[in-house]
Amino acid sequence: MMRAESRAGPFGSATTPPTEAHRLPLSIRDLTVAYHRKPVIWDIDLSIEPGKLVGIVGPNGAGKSTLLKACLDLIPRSSGEVLVYGQPYAKERKRVGYVPQRESVDWDFPVSALDVVAMGTYGKLGWFRRVDKRCKALSMHALERVGLADYADRQISQLSGGQQQRTFLARALVQDADIYFMDEPFAAVDAATERAIVDLLKELQGRGKTVLVVHHDLATVPQYFDWTVLLNMRVVASGPTEEVFTQENLRRTYGGKLTLFAQAADEVVRSG
Amino acid sequence: MSWFALDTWIVIIGALAAVACALLGNFLVLRKMSMMGDAISHAVLPGLAIAFLVTGARASVAMFIGGAVVGLLTAVFTQWISRFGKVDEGASMGIVFTSLFALGLLLIVQAADQVDLDPSCVLYGAIELTPLDVVWRPQVFGVVWEVPRAAIILAAVTLVNLAFVVGFFKELRIVSFDPELADTMGIHSNRMHYLLMALVAVTTVAAFEAVGSIIVIAMLIVPGATAHLLTDRLWLMIVLSGIFAAAAALLGHLSALTVPGWFGFADTSTSGMIAVMAGLFFLVVLFAAPKHGVLVKQRRFRSSSAS
Repeated sequence: MMRAESRAGPFGSATTPPTEAHRLPLSIRDLTVAYHRKPVIWDIDLSIEPGKLVGIVGPNGAGKSTLLKACLDLIPRSSGEVLVYGQPYAKERKRVGYVPQRESVDWDFPVSALDVVAMGTYGKLGWFRRVDKRCKALSMHALERVGLADYADRQISQLSGGQQQRTFLARALVQDADIYFMDEPFAAVDAATERAIVDLLKELQGRGKTVLVVHHDLATVPQYFDWTVLLNMRVVASGPTEEVFTQENLRRTYGGKLTLFAQAADEVVRSG
Repeated sequence: MSWFALDTWIVIIGALAAVACALLGNFLVLRKMSMMGDAISHAVLPGLAIAFLVTGARASVAMFIGGAVVGLLTAVFTQWISRFGKVDEGASMGIVFTSLFALGLLLIVQAADQVDLDPSCVLYGAIELTPLDVVWRPQVFGVVWEVPRAAIILAAVTLVNLAFVVGFFKELRIVSFDPELADTMGIHSNRMHYLLMALVAVTTVAAFEAVGSIIVIAMLIVPGATAHLLTDRLWLMIVLSGIFAAAAALLGHLSALTVPGWFGFADTSTSGMIAVMAGLFFLVVLFAAPKHGVLVKQRRFRSSSAS
């Protein structure tokens, strides 16, 4: 604390000493990502504070998945900087968990639900180390927490869509990360799974984890997330959900084309 | 039918080639990259030809290096062309490997005038001749074993592939199933991809003399595809693919000796028969597999539509 003050000097702002900025789970500066020279996301500036449950919301093609993947070094950045706990991603990857879109993998792959969950331990295991009893016990415990203990030995194509999604969530739990990036975990799941996932997200938040979720259902945003990022190529707004999730902001995010959405959201805002 | 020591060696060499290919082939099948095996097995040809023209010796270290380099180039060019040329991966593969294969053929036909490298051998292999090239005569239990060069090379490659599949089992599993998650964990899927491609190229070169560049594709893909129909466990799939591969070699050589005789012909090509056997196994399993077989699925479909 002393050092931070002395460094801030006469010009420094007392509100954000440099050390605090470095502790942020995620800070993005001037991020632009382009495919074939066409920008997909443009000039993103974003700071996410610890312990927040963040919904990333925007129309199709707004670049929500692209934003996640750029944070995780999965796609090249055209410009800008992403810092995870004040470090480039590669240095802090062990503190990061990722839940990709369910359709991104081949569910006919010859693995059981338990095998998939155990993959969450691979990152910390290191090369040549095998999945041991401890990893298996951890994975089994995670499957229990998402209510799939009885399905551990099932080949994954024999799980329902919701069960597959919960398997991915269990894998994320096993990763035991401090910040999670989740790409559409609520896409095409049954109501029971949706509730289970929400409970899990709140529990993660309760343990001080930071969770970013790409979300497509506007109606549930105020209920699920305490922080909202509205995205349409650029960040339209980012802040506490009750401040950001307004009809005006939604109209700016979705444009005129999705008035139905905006109206529905408006009702939700008013009733909530 | 009479069986000689030569026949035993032919089976051993065929089995080693088939197992070496099958081990890697599992991951080509699972990553839906079977055609990449096809492409690489053809594209190594100019690498072999150039190495051969430079060194003048068959099965030299230079040939392995030449094959591996060109095999890797195939994988790299394919990615580049599909990224920058705005064509899909299949088309870009088609462009790369046919061009390289043609180049290899031209080189070999040119070279064939001066040296002993037979284009038809390159395509179909000459497994029947491989036991004649004896390089090692150890005495075990009072019996002199005349170990052919091809057996030693293929045994080495099989061991390398086995070590790769066992040693990198979890890495291969995660990059094949969920490459993005693997990348976020620092298990670089691209590096594993190129390592796999390099081994496919080396294996193809090793299996080349025995089975040629066309039959080798059957060995890469068919055992893995057959095993995939029978199990939902990755390790079991790998084990089964090895068993199918070795069995195809044994039955392939046996039937190459006997089956044509039933119809009054002389014996036929063993490498061709190995591929035919592998195909037969696949056909049987495709219909009769207990869980994913066509017959079971049909019955399941009928009973579900009846109820």
